[in-house]
Amino acid sequence: MLSLQQKLISNIRDVPEQAMTRDGFGDALLELGETNKDVVALCADLAESTRMLAFKEKFPDRYIELGVAEQNLAGVASGLANYGKIPFIASYASFSPGRNNEQIRTTISLNNVPVKIVGSHAGLSVGPDGATHQALEDIALMRVQPNMCVLSPADREQAKKATRAAAEHPGPVYIRLAREKTPTVTTKDTPFEIGKAQLLWQGENPQVAVFVTGTLLWNALRAAEELQSEIAVTVVNVHTIKPLDEKTITQAARAAGAAVTVEEHQVAGGFGSAVAEVLARTAPVPLEFVGVHDRFGQSGEMQQLWNEYGLGVPHIKEAIKNAFARKF
Amino acid sequence: MALTQKTIQTLEQKAEAIRETIIEMLVAAGSGHTAGPLGMADIFAAFYFYILKHDPAHPDWDERDRLILSNGHIVPVRYAAMAHAGYFPVSECLTLRKFGSRLQGHPERLRLPGLETTSGPLGSGLSQAAGIAYGLRMDGKKNRVYCAMSDGEQDAGQVWEAAMFAGANKLSNLTAVMDRNNIQINGMTEHVMPLENLRAKYEAFGWHVIEVDGHNIAEFIHAIDQAKAIYERPTLILAHTIPGKGIKEIEFDYTWHGKPPTKEEARKFLHELRTLRGKVLGEHE
Repeated sequence: MLSLQQKLISNIRDVPEQAMTRDGFGDALLELGETNKDVVALCADLAESTRMLAFKEKFPDRYIELGVAEQNLAGVASGLANYGKIPFIASYASFSPGRNNEQIRTTISLNNVPVKIVGSHAGLSVGPDGATHQALEDIALMRVQPNMCVLSPADREQAKKATRAAAEHPGPVYIRLAREKTPTVTTKDTPFEIGKAQLLWQGENPQVAVFVTGTLLWNALRAAEELQSEIAVTVVNVHTIKPLDEKTITQAARAAGAAVTVEEHQVAGGFGSAVAEVLARTAPVPLEFVGVHDRFGQSGEMQQLWNEYGLGVPHIKEAIKNAFARKF
Repeated sequence: MALTQKTIQTLEQKAEAIRETIIEMLVAAGSGHTAGPLGMADIFAAFYFYILKHDPAHPDWDERDRLILSNGHIVPVRYAAMAHAGYFPVSECLTLRKFGSRLQGHPERLRLPGLETTSGPLGSGLSQAAGIAYGLRMDGKKNRVYCAMSDGEQDAGQVWEAAMFAGANKLSNLTAVMDRNNIQINGMTEHVMPLENLRAKYEAFGWHVIEVDGHNIAEFIHAIDQAKAIYERPTLILAHTIPGKGIKEIEFDYTWHGKPPTKEEARKFLHELRTLRGKVLGEHE
């Protein structure tokens, strides 16, 4: 059943309200404009689609336009942060941290300055734009850089909290966002703390633990609920991929004795790999990976792509069954 | 400090002392770049002993000017200049590139106070300098931002993204200094990837451009003063330099871009520098 402590929406059986994580970012950025004078926004010609537009209109003196120049976007932000500002830089994740990865590595991570990198349009859910614009590598690129904190909020409400927390965090942060509307599962009252994974669904005497990051959260919860008469499942929402909450992940995996990871990203190097790195050491249980397996995306609607690449509710259920079967 | 003949003479002596330290540190390190640091010794002497508003005892002083080194591989010249200016003991220069040293092979801001940025991968310093300059201007601060960069790194597209940004935003508190020594690792810049016409290119991007002899300290300082008087535009000082300057047998030789002298060569080079210093003094006195 849904955890009461986490103060989620009360019913996940019906499709909840749908919203975009990028809108959550935009809302929080605007709010930060009022509350934190050091916050500045930099964008590479995508103010509307990364949801920086409202900030730009309200705080024109603190909005900096870079044009289609993601390498310079990272470098200028590094300079501003070095000087004392808190820059949020936004583009599509394919371009930032995709194209400008070395600039982020040297001038932001190694330099350890508090630039907040906002990668919008991550995952297959970008849809019709196709493979070039569907970032499936960004978690991998960001989590291997020392000093970098990696956040992957599950819904609009959580994206707001992630954005606020990023501004407070003393070092560099990557925030992964999606283009499409996805179900809003958390509420204003759901706790959020960087580095703290959230147990959202608790099966009695759990048999499989599901670790999910980002906008597939609702799919994972649906899978757990649909299976509840067959297999008892726990669902842990891991909004912080780095630093990873090793303790919660280990405890959940140990308690269940089998686990599944769920992400809209390449499994290789991504969230599934991150979880596997921990569990190999602390709780080596059977582990199944729901995610993209060494393929590029393509044009299509979100649900079509999730089906094609095996990220839908039936696929998660199958992975849970497979993990469960491997226990014996 | 007025720019008298005596001041210039003092700065020239500082440059020679920096060159000697560069040779000493490179031979101790057993690896590193020789030509670039020697070629920029006069300019770094001018920066650290005349131009920059800074305080070696307080590297984080808010009122300091910022000197960003984009082509991090010539950092021995910066380390030597900083040491002679009093940021740390000159003897520490001999730890260059050694395990545990604050003097990394390429500069790291967090290891040594006063470095301002971390650099090495070419082409990203001008962006960072522009970001700092933008931030200072947002807050109405008067500090100047300088960015030392190489000519070879002008091959990198990011430099032109930054040049376009600085021009568009009229960052007149930003002055870039290009070490136009005509060499890069694979050979002469105009053979590897022709860069000219650099003046016209930067002017087209909205910059004020001044060309100087990078070994004429007075001329360089005048260019810096001129840059301060230019409003609504960033300035590029195209400093024509001689790679390996000060040691006749390696001047203009691109093969000295990325190697250090042997012990034997170092002895010879140091002798030559010390003799030259005698000559410089003799001519001026």
